[in-house]
Amino acid sequence: MSSLRFTEQALSDWMRCGGSHSEIVISSRMRIARNLEHLPFPLLASAEQSEEVLEQLAPVFQGEASADFGNFQLLRLDELDELDKKVLVEKHLISPNLADDSKGGAVILNEDESVSIMINEEDHLRIQCLFPGLQVREAWVRATAIDDIFEAAVNYAFDDRRGYLTSCPTNVGTGLRASVMVHLPALVMTHQINRILSAVNQVGLTVRGIYGEGSEAVGNIFQISNQITLGQTESEIIENLHSVVTQIIEHERNARERLLVDSALRITDRIKRSYGILAYAAVMELKESAQRLSDLRLGVDLGILEGPSISVLNELNVKTQPGFLQKLFGDELSSTERDMYRAKLLRETLGSQH
Amino acid sequence: MLCQECGVKPATLHFTKIVNGEKTEFHICESCAREKGELIPGTAGGFSIHSLLSGLLDLESAGKGKSEAAQTVQGLHCENCGMTYSQFSKLGRFGCSSCYKYFDSTLDPLFRRVHGSTAHVGKLPKRAGAQIMCKRQIDELKQELQQSIMQEEFETAAELRDRIRKLEKEMPQE
Ligand SMILES: [Zn+2]
Ligand SMILES: [Zn+2]
Repeated sequence: MSSLRFTEQALSDWMRCGGSHSEIVISSRMRIARNLEHLPFPLLASAEQSEEVLEQLAPVFQGEASADFGNFQLLRLDELDELDKKVLVEKHLISPNLADDSKGGAVILNEDESVSIMINEEDHLRIQCLFPGLQVREAWVRATAIDDIFEAAVNYAFDDRRGYLTSCPTNVGTGLRASVMVHLPALVMTHQINRILSAVNQVGLTVRGIYGEGSEAVGNIFQISNQITLGQTESEIIENLHSVVTQIIEHERNARERLLVDSALRITDRIKRSYGILAYAAVMELKESAQRLSDLRLGVDLGILEGPSISVLNELNVKTQPGFLQKLFGDELSSTERDMYRAKLLRETLGSQH
Repeated sequence: MLCQECGVKPATLHFTKIVNGEKTEFHICESCAREKGELIPGTAGGFSIHSLLSGLLDLESAGKGKSEAAQTVQGLHCENCGMTYSQFSKLGRFGCSSCYKYFDSTLDPLFRRVHGSTAHVGKLPKRAGAQIMCKRQIDELKQELQQSIMQEEFETAAELRDRIRKLEKEMPQE
């Protein structure tokens, strides 16, 4: 069973409906880190101890308690092939960390892939909920409800003073990492992005680019998340993030309007050129395709292009990643071949058959 | 604020290192941090923040210092998982939840620098939470008890003692 349902489709079902502010906010993600009492953290756990963690946690989400959140399926990482792991990472369903080091590693996924429960990652348990658009509050409500189900079934490592005890000191307390993925092309084009990102840093949030080797923002997509997990309540963390992201959306909107007023011709030309290149190019590197897909997304939002839909663009963002291309066109692709197949995929999706 | 290494990208990592009481602030971007071998969490390589943390913990200088306190910190280890303080400061990660107890004396400054705070105010697990609330109540009553004994109010003291006993019996056990 090497071909999994989870790795066949580029776009998880949860991504298909937009959510609020979906022209700028791609998704909202909530992650809660928890550990079991008495067992060493995955870093030091023996193979037997990791198995024990899995034995304690796995049944919780296959029982009746979890029925409200859909049907769940458990995947053991050591039973997946490398390519499936890569695709799960590209879809943000598991972390690169879990894919790399899978001593007792497992993930429990629901059908629409909006809930992903990682076992034996850096912590024994990491509950992750994904929502389209700006829905941090909704994502928290779901994540904490899932946390409650686990909490009723197992004993968490918890300390009166330090809160939920985690492997890394940066997660202790709430164990909560709330993040929002935003597309900010106009702020990048108008050179305001640095000023805004450093302001974001000053209110206890961090920003990083997504995809791409390293953390460079590919395709003008940024991930904004809380840095502080100790000494703030979960709702403070979430409201802070929500309010900052709302302000960023406002800035991005203003920048888009200004672009249309000040340089309509230039921006129209850029967007249409990108469309042309994506629809006709024979070779396409990941970095360029991400940038040009970003132009298309902006073009659709500004009314300069009629299509493709945001959902098709989201799908292309995932399908153009190396793992997914290999899934579609063959296991062993050289990087040149990947660039060629990426171009072919883009041509076929965006209209031209040449 | 721009990165102090390259001066081009915005600084997204801000941390303070204290060596022998001298404070140095760093403001660098993620790519420079990565070049310096200090990777960012969640990105490829992923070990990132842990090396930054070990910078914060600064074991080297603590060990070389002659102060007794530094020597004592050096000698700490977790009796549950066996992790030594030296390992903890290198890895920037705890080995088990008991490490928090054994390294407790060193954690306040670390948490203050990372989070600006040292105590949890968020969610409580339901079962352990009830126990914590109960414990807090008992502690308060015990203080009252002390006071009433000092003030020779023995009737009140007896009453308080009974309430404490009752609470201790009722305290939810895990
Ligand atoms: Zn730099
Ligand atoms: Zn330990």
